[in-house]
Amino acid sequence: MVSPILELTNINKSFGHVHANKNINLKINKGTIHGIIGENGAGKSTLMSIVFGLYQANSGTIKVNGKEINLKSPKDSITNGIGMVHQHFMLVENFTVLENIILGFEGELVFGKNLEKAKKDLKNLCDTYKLNIDLNSTISDLSVGFRQRVEILKSLYRGAEILILDEPTGVLTPQEVDELFKILRSLKDEGKTIVLITHKLIEIMDLTSEVSVMRQGEMVGHTKTANTNKEQLAEMMVGRSVLLRLDKSQLKAGEVLFKVKNLTVKDDLDVTRVKNVDLEIRAGEILGLAGVTGNGQTELLEALSGIRKVESGEIYLEGKKVSDSQNFLDPRELKDKGLAHVPEDRQRMGLVTDFKAYENLIFGYHDQQPFSKSSVLNHSDIISHSKKIMEEYDVRPQSPNLITSNFSGGNQQKIILSRELNENPKVLLVGQPTRGVDIGAIEFIHQRLIDMRDRGAAILLVSVELDEVLSLSDRIVVMFDGKIVGEKDNKNVTDRELGLLMAGVV
Amino acid sequence: MEFLSDIASLINSTLRISTPLVFAAMAGIFAERSGVIDFSLEGKMLMAAFVAAVGSYFLGNPWLGLLLAIIACVSLSMLHGFASVTYKGDQVVSCVAINILIIGLTTALAAAWFGQAGLTPTLNEDQRFLEVNLPFAESLKDVPIVGTIYSDILSGHYIFVYLAYLSVPLVFWVVFKTSFGLRLRAVGENPSAVDTAGINVFAMRYKALAINGVLIAFAGAHLSTAVNANFFREMSAGRGYLALAAMIFGKWHPKTALIACLLFGFTDALQIRLQGVELPAIGEIPVQLIQAIPYVLTVVLLAGFVGKAIAPNAIGQPYIKER
Repeated sequence: MVSPILELTNINKSFGHVHANKNINLKINKGTIHGIIGENGAGKSTLMSIVFGLYQANSGTIKVNGKEINLKSPKDSITNGIGMVHQHFMLVENFTVLENIILGFEGELVFGKNLEKAKKDLKNLCDTYKLNIDLNSTISDLSVGFRQRVEILKSLYRGAEILILDEPTGVLTPQEVDELFKILRSLKDEGKTIVLITHKLIEIMDLTSEVSVMRQGEMVGHTKTANTNKEQLAEMMVGRSVLLRLDKSQLKAGEVLFKVKNLTVKDDLDVTRVKNVDLEIRAGEILGLAGVTGNGQTELLEALSGIRKVESGEIYLEGKKVSDSQNFLDPRELKDKGLAHVPEDRQRMGLVTDFKAYENLIFGYHDQQPFSKSSVLNHSDIISHSKKIMEEYDVRPQSPNLITSNFSGGNQQKIILSRELNENPKVLLVGQPTRGVDIGAIEFIHQRLIDMRDRGAAILLVSVELDEVLSLSDRIVVMFDGKIVGEKDNKNVTDRELGLLMAGVV
Repeated sequence: MEFLSDIASLINSTLRISTPLVFAAMAGIFAERSGVIDFSLEGKMLMAAFVAAVGSYFLGNPWLGLLLAIIACVSLSMLHGFASVTYKGDQVVSCVAINILIIGLTTALAAAWFGQAGLTPTLNEDQRFLEVNLPFAESLKDVPIVGTIYSDILSGHYIFVYLAYLSVPLVFWVVFKTSFGLRLRAVGENPSAVDTAGINVFAMRYKALAINGVLIAFAGAHLSTAVNANFFREMSAGRGYLALAAMIFGKWHPKTALIACLLFGFTDALQIRLQGVELPAIGEIPVQLIQAIPYVLTVVLLAGFVGKAIAPNAIGQPYIKER
């Protein structure tokens, strides 16, 4: 039997009235990749922040290599060989890679000899793990994937034997995920221990050898990955059985509600990002738009929703021209004509996260009856409407007065979705509906989109999650380098075919 | 020849006038690079001027006056830190409170101790700093060019003038070439990154504020125990704000902040020089117009004439560790 490198016993942590971790016990064996899975808000990140010394537990003990340690700050955990790659990177953006890595571990008051040594050591580490990082580049010039590598390199340089990664794939493209997994496997081969926090079942199955499941602040199970499957893990996470496949009724497509003709769109830097795109969406149909991030989907969605100017081409809503390069309706006018938009970046465009939930629940409709009368908001009607809609869409917690940023990602998304769907739009544009959303909420959101479709709405679904596009769409188009490179009926298409289109190979 | 000596005297006064600005701007760089806004440079400069003058008057030694001024300014910086770092108050409000407090406090204490509201007794030669003549200044005076530069421009300043310009490369070195400087810059950009590197964010900000207090004390002492021989009401006259503007104009960088300070100092020196001078074709310019030059320049520069100034990312935000 291998002895655990990290052992947690009876860890408890509360924030005010919220009991984020309840009597957590966890053993992690040396040289393994150990997954910790759970929905957003299950307490995974809190637990790992305790292990990293960022938060202090209210009670419980932590042992590293059998020795009990007292973690007062990240310094203590770093000296005990624990490193963490946070979900939001802990990097100074206008510093170089080198500066970020040596920060706090300079080893000298005035830069000189140790700096040169650090450079050499880091080059060796880069070579060992094939990280391929230029130490002199500035963080803000690096892609997200490379920033994450810098974080990994930083932990290794600081002597990490146990590396904790908090939702590492949430911000990565599929290719970057592959690269990351390669790096993690090679770390494991070198004898490092990796703790992977995620809510994505597929990553657990792919990468880990052991898995622990958390639900609502408690550890609900441990198992060898080989002895379990996705369905079983999903059930443990959510506490009930989850439908991983969707039941969808037969397509009953009606007339064309939304039509895009020869559309070209430029981005802020005057680069053409959408090139001569044609689309048609019928009533009662979900059109899936697949593609690797950054192939023009964002700009297309912005142009269709009236946020971005059209360079050339036309957009028709119910057969009437709403936008071309000369005249275009703004989002407000489009909304009045029955077009709703769930933006890709919910925190930047979908919500004012510092506002209360009830305020976000009525944005865009706040000046309409019954929410306002002669420009004065009707508070009691707004609250009762919010309560009703939060119950209907299962937004948790059901507190209209809570600040929006305190909701989990999935619940924030439900707030936007409920706001937009509640008006029964004829055309719905949805970007990345389940990015950073936990599995229970994904199921719910998907079901709602199907309901909208069955009620006769025309839906454009833009997603980088191929599984999502495949399970929801009736028809799929693939976007590559700003162009539509293929259109497939969902009945006879494989993810391999789509993958090749997405990569621009065909 | 007269033109040359005019230029020399203009540069000479530019160096002198810029001195408190340079100290204050360097002080500001430390605070703001660590993520703490410092509008209270003005109040601290005034406090230092008062304490230095009073200390020197009672103790008979300007150096002891300076020491007391340093203690006073570091205390005020700690007060600012206590309110805005430890207790996470609004940094601007804390600064404004300090500024208002000091205006009232100095006036009231001067009245109580010396019977004159906002005025301290004149210091004699032993109680104040005197001009320093550099070696060989007298003998080199008549050498063309070199003599002008060395004897007329560089020599004959107060000690603070030399210290101010020496402080600039020192600040540059500390901020960019030492591990303390790396941590200082990091804590103003992304305190979470500093925290996760095992460094105490709060301690870093307090250290930065302490250095800030020391530097600003020199600016105040320069005003009341060197260029002037007493303290008078509101004698800092907006120099703290001007220095803050110079620091922003200099993009929180010691070298460019120095240039900005010199530019402000130069316009001030120029306006003094131009007063009452008959210009060809234009005639005498009204004095009010001339006196407005530095302020007009400040507005023009800060209104974006010099491009966007990017502040440290985390400036003004108290660090909150747990949600």
